Amino acid sequence: MTNTTTSQALSGTMAAPGPGGFWRILGLNKSASKPPEETDAKRVQFSSRLLPYLFLAPQMAIIFIFFYWPSVQAIQSSFYLEDPFGFGSTFVGTANYTDVLKSGEYLGIARFTAVFTALVTFFSLSIGLLLAVKADGVIRGNATYKTLLIWVYAIAPPVAGLMGMMMFDQHIGPLVKVAAFFGWDMKVGLNYNDTAFAMIVVSVWKQIPYNFIFFLSGLQGIPVSVREAALMDCRSGLRRFWTVILPLLAPTAFFLLIINTTYALFDTFGVIDVMVKDKAANNPITLVYKVYMDGFRGNDLGGSSAQSVILMIIVFVLTIFQFRFIERRVHYN
Amino acid sequence: MIRKFTMTGLALVFSATSSFAATNISWWHGMAGRNGEVINEIATKFNASQTACALTPVSKGTYEEALASGIAAFRSGEQPNILQVFDAGAATIINAKGAVIPAEDLINNAGYTFDREAFIDGVRYFYADSDGKFVGMPFNSSAPIMYINDEALKKAGVEAPKTWEEFEAAAPKLKAAGFIPLVQSQLTWQFTENFFSRNNIQFATNNNGYDSVTDTQLKVTDPNLIMMFDKLKAWADEGYFAYYGAGWNDNQKMFEENKAALWIGSSGSFGGLTKTAQMPFSATFLPYWGSIKGAGTSSFIGGAALFAMAGKPEAENKCVADFFQFLTSPEIQKFYHQATGYVAITKAAYELAKAEGYYKEKPAAEVGIQQLMLPAGEWSKGYRLGFYPQIREIMEREYGRIFAGEVSVKDAFDTIEKEGNELLARFAKTAG
Repeated sequence: MTNTTTSQALSGTMAAPGPGGFWRILGLNKSASKPPEETDAKRVQFSSRLLPYLFLAPQMAIIFIFFYWPSVQAIQSSFYLEDPFGFGSTFVGTANYTDVLKSGEYLGIARFTAVFTALVTFFSLSIGLLLAVKADGVIRGNATYKTLLIWVYAIAPPVAGLMGMMMFDQHIGPLVKVAAFFGWDMKVGLNYNDTAFAMIVVSVWKQIPYNFIFFLSGLQGIPVSVREAALMDCRSGLRRFWTVILPLLAPTAFFLLIINTTYALFDTFGVIDVMVKDKAANNPITLVYKVYMDGFRGNDLGGSSAQSVILMIIVFVLTIFQFRFIERRVHYN
Repeated sequence: MIRKFTMTGLALVFSATSSFAATNISWWHGMAGRNGEVINEIATKFNASQTACALTPVSKGTYEEALASGIAAFRSGEQPNILQVFDAGAATIINAKGAVIPAEDLINNAGYTFDREAFIDGVRYFYADSDGKFVGMPFNSSAPIMYINDEALKKAGVEAPKTWEEFEAAAPKLKAAGFIPLVQSQLTWQFTENFFSRNNIQFATNNNGYDSVTDTQLKVTDPNLIMMFDKLKAWADEGYFAYYGAGWNDNQKMFEENKAALWIGSSGSFGGLTKTAQMPFSATFLPYWGSIKGAGTSSFIGGAALFAMAGKPEAENKCVADFFQFLTSPEIQKFYHQATGYVAITKAAYELAKAEGYYKEKPAAEVGIQQLMLPAGEWSKGYRLGFYPQIREIMEREYGRIFAGEVSVKDAFDTIEKEGNELLARFAKTAG
């Protein structure tokens, strides 16, 4: 479990220290856009050089104890085979890594994780955007619409999983009955693809409100003057959206892309755990769930540590890729 | 959650105030709901029965969570006195030499005489070492048994099958009567592990893993086991057997709702089933194959055992021994058996319940014990396999694929044997 939280935490910290662009959407460093003289004038002066570090210390201590230390431990134990009670550990070099990477089962899970992450990210972003654009256009009763769309976010992932499980239950699930009406004999828990479908639907459903909130505030941040100018130049709403609105939303979309990828990779754990009812069997699972199964339930510390280090590397590479290649196309202001 | 904290807090306060001279001992377990309450009742009874020791049970969630918490606590020197470990996790704790004090030594050291013969045959070996010395104290024990929908059998005009051959003959009639002839709830426990015990077939080399962890290998490509699953698949295709995934309740539900005629469940299921089943039911032994020579032996016990963790002061160990003695006394065993549906593990407790007429009132409660008291075969004593929870996961995965029609039975067992043996080899390295 430590390993899971470690990599989860790592992904969080890795996403954070980027060029800083997307913090602006959160309104956290508005001062950066102001002229330098003004910023300097507002800067707080500390009487002692040590004081700022003292203020920083608690945060650093938390990051060190809960993020860096466990991940160093994970890296260390990934090179050992040890009995769970800690009586003996043998250095095995990279054997844990080669065992994992040679396993066809593990690669299958990795493939599913890639597809799952891509689909969940794509659908939760696009549906969130669609709803935000539509809600932005509504004038009468828009508060009600927005509240209804946002409140799903308050549901914890396991509860979302539980609701999904009920909706897709083999015996009583209403969605299974709907599928049966269309001639689809849906068997969640028995059929790999059906379970994958159900997992994706629940994970997307859970994430839409989050994206909706950000897209909506992004849309509301687009100056009216720009919209009006666009309206004069072009009559097609769709074209205005693609050429004017969407590029202006790009910083928000980029931020959400990173958050949604991490969500699909890590935070869907609760949904998956509840939907497979503790017994993965032949159902699809993600890499994080595999770490949990081997480490927490199977007590194979070396193997699961190697898996969580692999996950850390994946997230690291993904984050670098996103910042180097995608963020280049994003224009802040 | 808050209630759980309050309860634990209250328990701590009480144990601290009522007996501040007493030695405190802790018991971590993986039971919830009614079974968790019964554990608290047992602790209360124990604390009331004497003044020297005060026992505090703590629920750690599921079996897996209890084991994982126990391991983490042991590594930081904060282990409880007693840890409940489930059947599949037995190899993990027993092979970690020095993690536990064998129950038999603990009890003998405390000045009691430990009598192996007092326990019913079926529970005697599972948590013992290869010499038969009790390492874990069997606690909640169950057996896979067959529940019978009486009306369905009557309607179809068939008797409850004792063997799978008899089932095969009865299945078309049950189907014609409008029932799913057979459902089960856990293919690993009921149709794999206990296929080996009921049919007296070797499960793994090295005496089912008891003699050594080195080079222990699964023997799941046994032609008889492959035949069993070929039959299950064929029955599923014919509509004689239905599989609803690896979840226990999804399968049990069909029996409860009077849609299935026979259900392989646990001997501990009857209490709950009395409340949920929509029709009268009875129970009998898990069927075996008449065609296999020497079949019909007792089954393995399921459930969990209690382990006395090492590294504790002498006074606390004495208290744990006192508690184990208390726990195996006929009255407490009978209480536990009747309150939960798990089998009584001592002969005396069984006799006591029988003398009371308990089984006349609830015949289904006796089936599990009787099945565990059947003559033992060479291969019905138990198995000791490392990383077994993960091996079960591989089995569940491959069985799902068999019934989804993705792999043949033969290929599935080849995969299980190959991946299982890799895990066993890995485990041998960690334990070595």
